[in-house]
Amino acid sequence: MEALSFDFMQHALLAGILVSFAAGIIGSLIVVNRMVFLAGGIAHTSYGGIGMAVYFGLPIFLGASLFAVGSALLIAVLTLRKRHRMDTFIGLIWAVGMAIGVILVDLTPGYNVDLMSYLFGSILAVSSEDLWFMGALLAIILTVVTVWYRDILAVSYDSEYATLRGVNVTFFYTLILILSALTVVIAIKVVGLILVIAMLTIPVYIAEKLSKSLFSMMFVSGLIATLFTLAGLWLSYTYNLTSGASIIMVSALCLGVFLLIYRTK
Amino acid sequence: MSVVEIKDLSFAYDKQTILENINLNVEERDFLAIIGPNGGGKSTLLKLILGINPLKSGSITIQGKKPSQSLKHIGYVPQNTNINTDFPIKAIEVVMMGHTPGKRPLFGYGRDEISCALGALAQVGMQEFAQTKIGSLSGGQRQRVMIARALCANPSILILDEPTSSIDITGQRSIYELLRELNKQITVIVVSHDISVILEYANKAAHVNKTLSYHDISDKKSTFHTHGNQEHFCEIELLQMLAPSSCNSCESEPQWRIKP
Repeated sequence: MEALSFDFMQHALLAGILVSFAAGIIGSLIVVNRMVFLAGGIAHTSYGGIGMAVYFGLPIFLGASLFAVGSALLIAVLTLRKRHRMDTFIGLIWAVGMAIGVILVDLTPGYNVDLMSYLFGSILAVSSEDLWFMGALLAIILTVVTVWYRDILAVSYDSEYATLRGVNVTFFYTLILILSALTVVIAIKVVGLILVIAMLTIPVYIAEKLSKSLFSMMFVSGLIATLFTLAGLWLSYTYNLTSGASIIMVSALCLGVFLLIYRTK
Repeated sequence: MSVVEIKDLSFAYDKQTILENINLNVEERDFLAIIGPNGGGKSTLLKLILGINPLKSGSITIQGKKPSQSLKHIGYVPQNTNINTDFPIKAIEVVMMGHTPGKRPLFGYGRDEISCALGALAQVGMQEFAQTKIGSLSGGQRQRVMIARALCANPSILILDEPTSSIDITGQRSIYELLRELNKQITVIVVSHDISVILEYANKAAHVNKTLSYHDISDKKSTFHTHGNQEHFCEIELLQMLAPSSCNSCESEPQWRIKP
């Protein structure tokens, strides 16, 4: 309990809750729209943004966000035109983004960036600016899914029918991609860009089995993700383990137990 | 007055011609069955009527207007309703997607939408499943929900793309009985491989294979050659009969039965 008196620990807890809810909501949209590989691509390519931020001396969040949103828009344009080649494009963007990041970090004079903290997260080093950024993003996500819930539902469930009923499918598809990109960026701080995909999918997969509607799936995912993050954080603090990896291992173990119970029921 | 009027319609993907010189009039409260081989252009024709595919040559008018302007008069039931069965959505939420957008509350659904959706579900006999997750329904029940979604828009035309392709025989029958009931008020256009539709339910048939041949089959006995057996038709025999190439009951211009 004494751990809670540290500033960095309070920040970590708050960041964990904010990011978990964002990941639960957006992760639900990613899973029901079958965009998991796509989100993985955006996560990895955003390393290019981290490299860019380091090279030009910009805030890391800003660089990563710009780069991730840029690549999300690129993917949106490419996949709306040639949906059947989507996997190839994503694979390309995935690798090229990372390569750009590595080279830009190489080129940065006299500065050795801690690569590991971006690959595996650094939730214990969340600043108050980071928290503001996370809070603002969660507020935007909540507003968007509340105001446009039915449109997002229609586009996700049956996009052809949504088109017939006058819903702008391209707009909402792009919107989901942009929100995914921004969520990935804040989740990098918590679990790192390699593990982010697990945070976006494991709680969602469990919630999907427990939910009758998209709304409850989003909410339940957020709750489950929060639980996993806090448990992982506690484990990481107690046994001095990497926080991102601890969170993912807790999630994976719980998923295993859940599936065992769910199957035998 | 014709509900759907198609004139000199042709359509091609890239350079491959899918439909050629199609003419078709659908009258009010017709039950039109569109049949024909796979890849013959049936679904393309539907998508043109719905305005999903852009019109390149010829014209389509629905109640005197362009397809894109008359979408709210059309209820559409897409072909494959077994996709996305893991999706967490209740039957009533699916049905409410069909509701024509009007004034909507900031959060949740409006009272008129809910009552409209419940009414549509009652019409297809599914009201007790309103709160059931779509994935827990059987194929036939899901198909009824999709029909309810189309009815939620209060359409004057109902268009269905192979509505029974994934349902067992009893389920198929009850879907067609439902369509017959609905046909008392609205025009029904159905794409189907299912010969029982043509025999028992439809009053008009259009065979589509690049070109279209049209038949008034409201009087079955005078339309079909039964080879001495009045009740039994071989499916292939019947389909061939309706195709223009081997149809010796048609005259050279297949559109001859269209009434002015």
